[in-house]
Amino acid sequence: MSDTFEEKEVAVELRFQPKPKDIDEDIAWAQINGDVLRSLERPRPLYWVIFFGSLWGVYCEIYQYNTGLGVADLENPQVWGLYIATFIFWIGMSHSGTLLSAILHIMHADWRKPIYRFAEAMTTFSLMTAGLFVLVHLGRVWQFYYVVAYPNERWTWPNFSSPLVWDATAIGSYLTTSVIFLYFGMIPDLAICRDNATGFRRTFYRALSIGWRGTDRQWSNFRVTYLTIACLLIPLAVSVHSIVATDFAVSQQPGWHTTSFPPYFVAGALYSGCAAIITLFIILRYTFRFEQYMTIPILEKLCKLTFAISMVWTYLNFIEYAAVWYGTDEFAKQSLIYRATGDYAWWWWSMNILGSVVPFSLTLKRLRTNIPVMLVVSILLNLGMWIERFMIVTPTFAHGYYPWTWTQGWWPDWVQVGIVLGSFGWFNMLFMLFCKIFPSVSMYEVKEMVYHRRLPRKNLKPLPAEG
Amino acid sequence: MSLDNLTSNWSKLRVKRPQPDQYKDAPYKWGMVIDLDACTGCNACTAACYAENNLPVVGKHRFLKGQAMHWLRIERYWGEGTESTQEFPERGAQFLPMMCQQCEAAPCEIVCPVGATHHTPDGLNSQVYNRCIGSRYCSANCPYKVRYFNWFNYPESAWPSPLEQQLNPDVTVRSKGVMEKCTFCVQRLTEAKDRARTEKRTVRDGEVLTACAQACPTSAIHFGNMADSSSAVARMWKAQQVELSADRQAKDDQREIDEQQGKTDGVLRGYRVLEQLRTYPSVVYLERIRSSEV
Repeated sequence: MSDTFEEKEVAVELRFQPKPKDIDEDIAWAQINGDVLRSLERPRPLYWVIFFGSLWGVYCEIYQYNTGLGVADLENPQVWGLYIATFIFWIGMSHSGTLLSAILHIMHADWRKPIYRFAEAMTTFSLMTAGLFVLVHLGRVWQFYYVVAYPNERWTWPNFSSPLVWDATAIGSYLTTSVIFLYFGMIPDLAICRDNATGFRRTFYRALSIGWRGTDRQWSNFRVTYLTIACLLIPLAVSVHSIVATDFAVSQQPGWHTTSFPPYFVAGALYSGCAAIITLFIILRYTFRFEQYMTIPILEKLCKLTFAISMVWTYLNFIEYAAVWYGTDEFAKQSLIYRATGDYAWWWWSMNILGSVVPFSLTLKRLRTNIPVMLVVSILLNLGMWIERFMIVTPTFAHGYYPWTWTQGWWPDWVQVGIVLGSFGWFNMLFMLFCKIFPSVSMYEVKEMVYHRRLPRKNLKPLPAEG
Repeated sequence: MSLDNLTSNWSKLRVKRPQPDQYKDAPYKWGMVIDLDACTGCNACTAACYAENNLPVVGKHRFLKGQAMHWLRIERYWGEGTESTQEFPERGAQFLPMMCQQCEAAPCEIVCPVGATHHTPDGLNSQVYNRCIGSRYCSANCPYKVRYFNWFNYPESAWPSPLEQQLNPDVTVRSKGVMEKCTFCVQRLTEAKDRARTEKRTVRDGEVLTACAQACPTSAIHFGNMADSSSAVARMWKAQQVELSADRQAKDDQREIDEQQGKTDGVLRGYRVLEQLRTYPSVVYLERIRSSEV
């Protein structure tokens, strides 16, 4: 009973200290419009420097296209190299946009509202980048359409038992749906842009906002449609990466023939996507001075989400190791041992440390709220996830069923590395174009969020839910 | 496969292969037996394959990179090494000519997105070059890694004029970006079948040989029609008790019995590579009998 009355008082006060707010609910609506529309203005010179970062990759691809895939130093067992590894990486990046915009929308987590727009743009653009890798890695890219199931006069169809055909179908439908979802969710904001633009831009936004006036009927139709597409998008997101996982799980190569691959891939996808959202969050917050919308409490929530997903991934990762280790497939076990001790041991261990140990920094509030640290951590997490994909593809090819199918110390050459780096430039280019043409923060939803936060303070009841 | 074909032959296409009697009524099922006891590792088969099938010579640099195009390779393994072989390691080497095993349940066939590789009624695993888009999934899924990809446009560099004159006119010269592999010299098989058809008979045993079988100086490679039960290859499969649709050979059972009885001289030598993967290859290897074991 040493507690004095004062100490107790302080303790009680601390307990009832208000949580930091996700967003300042006193922002004026005109200010929201102004802040977001400011981001669409003429870019700084650095923008153009980064904008053309993909040119090196384009050069590498032209060289490879003209000469043949041999210039990428691919060889007999190492037939896929970085291209497929990076393909999985970009497909993975595309997942958390859907997580933020569709899943959290259905779960009414309103803190997603200021940040979901750019996450969704990330989804679309990383899918487009991933699709590019499929084309880059094809031997005869000019005949890629053979994979698509389309009626033709020869009556030839793709081989429906091949996971690559499932891939093409799944990625195609996911890309289409996410583009529609992204565009559809933007319509009210495009109308705001239209109202504030002049000249050519006004014509452009007028065409895109397809006559949005914000009437009640329009809003109620909008809500229903948005929810419907969201519901459609979630199973697509899960299926697309499961199908990418079946590319490997269906195959007979030791180390891939694992049934736990689909959930493992989906978890990894959400993981790297969330980390990428943190990176872009910080960059956008800094570049466009969105401090009022992309607030620290929202960053913290994102970090917690990322940490939870990272633990799911870690669990599934260990399940995979355990299933192989205690399983009867001697070849897969040898493949695992090779990964941990062979030519790629450094990469394997760094992947495990970056993927499973580094996320624990997200549990510390002091680190979580430190923006430069979070920028580094989020990039490290994504580096770990990229290495994970590299570890799935390359060491598996390096260690097949018997010694004549092994390679020793295979490393990609400059063409592959150039194309991979170029893909980041390409993604940046698309993303930067998006940020300058479309509002990267959802204005109408931030207003909604602010409005709903104001209600309890004014002791008002919310309006009955629409739709 | 057209949609019509798919819908009308659904039950047929769903049948698991191989079936024990799959080739009972078929005129042809091409198969091979390679006697490792006779193989000296001389590489004559590889050279013959290069000449017959228009394989490009890629050069030392690309060969070391692993971009060689040898459809048939001689795999060299060093024995455990007795005293005499440690001094002269070349005496302890064993050779395994490895080419496409023409699997009955081929892992490459199911994963090709465009159906460029498929099974012929002759039991061959064929590759359609002008359908191939070069996704290399077949190679990724091949446990033997016997599929070779055209990393470059070899016709430009491999046969400078007038070397293009020595190309085999019966075989396509492949362009960059397609997958290729051993075809069991399908051009020779087709020619023999055509000739036999005009004479209203089936191909006689020994009438057609693959280039490797023809070139082998020690006759280690035997090739023939396994649907014809009197052919040399069919008889060898039977003598070794190797069955096309079995994933474990009688040899393994026999060896267990022998070991229990203390005998070590297994009579049966026939095995297929990586049988436990249930790819059901059409190539049987006869184990080498080492002098130390006899």
